[in-house]
Amino acid sequence: MNFTYSEDQLTYRDTVAALLAGEVTAESIRTRWESAQGIDANLTQQLSDMGLNAMLVPESCGGLGLSELDFILLAQECGRVAMPEPLVENAMVATAMLSDIAGSGLVAANQCQDVLEKIATGNVSVACGHWINPYINMADTNQWLLLPHGEEVHLVGSQAVDLIAQRSSDPSRRIFKVNWQPSSRTKIADGQLGTDLWRSALNRGALGVAAQLIGLAENILQRAVIFTTDREQFGRPVGANQAVKHLLADCAVSLEFAKPVIARAAYAVATAPTRADWAVSHAKVAASQAALLSVRHGMQVHGAMGYTWECDLQIWMKRCWAIDKTWGDAGFHKNRIHEWLLNPNALMGAEHTFGKSMSLNDETILEQGAV
Amino acid sequence: MELTYTDEEQAFRLQVRQWLVGNLPETPLKSFDTQEGFEQHRQWEKTLASGNWGMVTWPKEYGGRGCNLIEWLIFEEEYYRAGAPLRVNQNGIFLLGPTLMEYGTDEQKQRFISAMASGDEIWAQGWSEPGAGSDMAAIRSKATRDGDEYVINGQKIWSTRAVFADWVFCMFRTDPDSKRHHGLSFVFVPLDAEGVTVRPIDQLNGLPGFAEIFFDNVRVPVSNRLGEEGDGWSIAMSTAGFERGLMLRSPARFQQAAKNLMGLYRAKRNDILDLSIEDAVVRCYMDAEAYALSTYQTASRLMSGGQIGAESSCNKIFWSELDIKIHDTAMRLLGARGELEPDSEDASAELGSWLDGFLFAQSGPIYAGTNEVQRNIIAERMLGMPRK
Ligand SMILES: Cc1cc2nc3c(=O)[nH]c(=O)nc-3n(C[C@H](O)[C@H](O)[C@H](O)COP(=O)(O)OP(=O)(O)OC[C@H]3O[C@@H](n4cnc5c(N)ncnc54)[C@H](O)[C@@H]3O)c2cc1C
Repeated sequence: MNFTYSEDQLTYRDTVAALLAGEVTAESIRTRWESAQGIDANLTQQLSDMGLNAMLVPESCGGLGLSELDFILLAQECGRVAMPEPLVENAMVATAMLSDIAGSGLVAANQCQDVLEKIATGNVSVACGHWINPYINMADTNQWLLLPHGEEVHLVGSQAVDLIAQRSSDPSRRIFKVNWQPSSRTKIADGQLGTDLWRSALNRGALGVAAQLIGLAENILQRAVIFTTDREQFGRPVGANQAVKHLLADCAVSLEFAKPVIARAAYAVATAPTRADWAVSHAKVAASQAALLSVRHGMQVHGAMGYTWECDLQIWMKRCWAIDKTWGDAGFHKNRIHEWLLNPNALMGAEHTFGKSMSLNDETILEQGAV
Repeated sequence: MELTYTDEEQAFRLQVRQWLVGNLPETPLKSFDTQEGFEQHRQWEKTLASGNWGMVTWPKEYGGRGCNLIEWLIFEEEYYRAGAPLRVNQNGIFLLGPTLMEYGTDEQKQRFISAMASGDEIWAQGWSEPGAGSDMAAIRSKATRDGDEYVINGQKIWSTRAVFADWVFCMFRTDPDSKRHHGLSFVFVPLDAEGVTVRPIDQLNGLPGFAEIFFDNVRVPVSNRLGEEGDGWSIAMSTAGFERGLMLRSPARFQQAAKNLMGLYRAKRNDILDLSIEDAVVRCYMDAEAYALSTYQTASRLMSGGQIGAESSCNKIFWSELDIKIHDTAMRLLGARGELEPDSEDASAELGSWLDGFLFAQSGPIYAGTNEVQRNIIAERMLGMPRK
């Protein structure tokens, strides 16, 4: 048992964080709001050069062959700077799904390998729809879209879909409803495999959102600390008031008890994807709670300033509000945990904190009647 | 105790309902934080005034109906039930109006109250300054006496609807040597006066709901001062303050929202997986009722000559937190579609104005004295806890 990130993981995170801190500022985000597609093509290129799009692409297809556990800290950093580019969803959900199919021996494996190679060289990007999300963010910036039709997975060229732009309350998000026609030519998986693929996609998506929410919330908290230190009323910093301190301390507590939950979920998704539902749902619910509290209290301590368009806080708040409801809202995830706990075979008890107890397989547990 | 409406009260309710049915605008008005919407709302105020419904508690001579507080509550219930427009002149009619009645000279009442009731003059409030938010006694903007005039210099901020309003009532330092809450006076300034610059400030929804107001040697007659020179603070904090606290957010607003929330829940309940949402919806409804009951009780007590103190701070906390709960719950019910702006292709009736209300609810715990400051007041003045 060693519940820490590796040196490599932390170093890579720091490298990415340094890049993002320079490239994704509040000012540059507001510039994106004025642009047609809402993204910075230059940054997209840099991220691709660093191999970020292809982190989860297998080495055989020219990627880094890493896992969700390696990616999760980066997702948190993307959240911290409120990056509008849909890196997390594309690289962690769409790419991972393509990799799953590429390694499956299906007819479509070759096509997926081909797409993955192009992702690795930065020539192509792929977005992933899901029945749980009514809209796809930045759908118009991709060459391909993975789309669900029942349990079927379709890989559809962007020229073959009709994208209906919607307006999000978060100006950084460019969301689209996708109208399209499934056909046998676009279908790349179906049946049980399709169901499993969509389930994995949901878990990866929810995990990615949870990680981003943590980064977003930590940034809000940091902004709130700085603001309440600088802002004086009654001849002293407003942050000197216990009432203000406690509002922010509550956010810190909530965040501290969300982060390890997310780490466990990332581990579960990377190592035992078919048994990760409960861990992911817990992560999404915990991150959501911490983030929404940080938004509420973060805004509260800003006074009227936090209610303005000028104040950059809105960039982080609106992102939290919007993505909190994607890849399954808190209700969906709480319900998954609820159903899992009510399952007569649920593995409950302290020894199952990290999932199916590592030393015992299903059969032994069943033989011993210890379910 | 007699918890039934009298025949007169029932008749009054019917009268309000009938008038509203016959006079409500046919299509919803645009936001009053746009020029067009502001004028539409001004027109609505005129319509209200034409039926003497502008401010039912005011005396008849000022366009009111001399209603008591219970009748006022009934009016508000019908008003929100009908989905009538928000009151663009709320700073005037709910805040300044009652204060003017109490402290104004006859000339001032003549000059300002009717024009306020008719919607001809829409008022903004100018108390906050960049350095004086929670600490209002830190006001620095000055009104310096020069014969029959004040010469005003300084800056106000966060003035709601001042972008389109006609007048602003302000707190200025009239005694240059004074400190804190001494030496402040309550002064009216026309927003088109020479030397006044109004800079719009966009709110969270992108509309210019706030303004910063700059005063550069602005001259107003001394007769624009309410009350005595140097009495500004005590007027602002005066007993009329209670009525303001009571009137600013009447319970019907939240009861109607809780009812709408219940409707949203009914429509969605079959898709809802969240076990706690039912609890949240019910809780909102109960809290809205509790707020109404508390207000009815306070109104009754006041009508029989009672007084109110720090309880108005309890009110402020209760309604602002309730408003957040209602809108949080609505957003949970709307799920991933809740982020849609109403002008989106995919928007539908169920989205209603929940997003708008959700954003506005976030500001409730801040304006009209932040909830942290209110909690300090409750602890110190109501509970008598040690101050420092
Ligand atoms: C929607 C909206 C409309 C408004 N309309 C108007 C208007 O029309 N006219 C007008 O004059 N003003 C208006 N205001 C301004 C409002 O009165 C101020 O925002 C409010 O007084 C708080 O001041 P501030 O924003 O400067 O926050 P600050 O006073 O800087 O407070 C920042 C944070 O510190 C906390 N804090 C400060 N002092 C203490 C303390 N002693 N103990 C504990 N906590 C403390 C506050 O609670 C808050 O969380 C409006 C504000 C909003 C949000």
